[in-house]
Amino acid sequence: MKRIALALLASFAFAATAAHAVEYAQVQPDKSRIAFDYQQMGVAMQGTFGKFASELRFDPAAPQSASARIEVDLASVDTGSEEGDEEVARKTWFDTKGFPVARFESSAVKPLGGNQYEVAGKLTIKGTTKDVVVPATFTAQGDSGVFEGALTIRRGDFSIGEGAWKAFDVVANDVVIRFRITAAAR
Amino acid sequence: MNTHYTATAKILHWLIALMIFGMLGFGFYMTGLDLSPTKLELYSWHKWAGVTVFLLVLVRVAWRIGHKPPALPAHMPSIERLAAHAGHHLLYVLMIAIPLSGWLMSSAKGFQTVWFGVLPLPDLLAKDKALGNLLETVHVVLNYTLIAVLLGHVGAALKHHFIDRDDVLTRMLPRRKG
Repeated sequence: MKRIALALLASFAFAATAAHAVEYAQVQPDKSRIAFDYQQMGVAMQGTFGKFASELRFDPAAPQSASARIEVDLASVDTGSEEGDEEVARKTWFDTKGFPVARFESSAVKPLGGNQYEVAGKLTIKGTTKDVVVPATFTAQGDSGVFEGALTIRRGDFSIGEGAWKAFDVVANDVVIRFRITAAAR
Repeated sequence: MNTHYTATAKILHWLIALMIFGMLGFGFYMTGLDLSPTKLELYSWHKWAGVTVFLLVLVRVAWRIGHKPPALPAHMPSIERLAAHAGHHLLYVLMIAIPLSGWLMSSAKGFQTVWFGVLPLPDLLAKDKALGNLLETVHVVLNYTLIAVLLGHVGAALKHHFIDRDDVLTRMLPRRKG
């Protein structure tokens, strides 16, 4: 009995060592997605960003040393209608010409237990940088790992929607950014 | 023999008539606007009003089934009777089909209809750009058809009143006192 327990312990230890060697860093764009939810006249709408570049490193055995950097190509936005896509490129919204990229850069990753993490970092959109804390989960799927989470931002904080759009009665202030990023182990 | 429509039928007729004329003007105006918060608000109100007209039309159809309208004047030749019946049927079909096409178009274009921002209508169609554009064309063509049939409807009512000098128009108007 004791020997079995020892063997089990040893295999756990081995598994832990093996896990330590696994670092998820090869982002697979075709299995990754950044979407956003917003409310327009009380109606739930969905949009996506078709193009973004992400670099990340994550070792489940050493989450504190993980890092992530995501750059979203704002011109790749799909708001749900062509008219909307043209509108958000304007100066009053993203000002895509002046600020083509939105960026998230992590500064610290805090494990919350289980597969839950808190990723603190800086979010820069349209020249404004804010500190944000993004709740995220990590799930290993075969050879790759899936990072998922959602962050609610206020568009007003980043001057997204100025002028006639500044009031939040038609397009709400809260925007939920949802992401799912898949990275292969290296 | 009843020579007038019922009060309920009259109220529904004129209420829906008013809303249809308002909605036609509304629809042509808002689609020409550049995207703005006002445009989004107008679209929402157009959709809410459309749902309201649709419900009123359902009530009206139910009332019409239960209450026979007054008979057409005896002097009308059979071709005019046929035209009157066909025209009225077509109006009912359009009053049902136009709001339905608007609702389905909204679903296909990915804009759910939430009645007065409170009651969400189910999306009967999944988002599909090509289908959304097709339904937009259907909505527009049905509305032009409605305008044509309405011109015939109003023209016929005026012809009955001023040329035939019968009671076809007045029996849809409030009863005169005394």
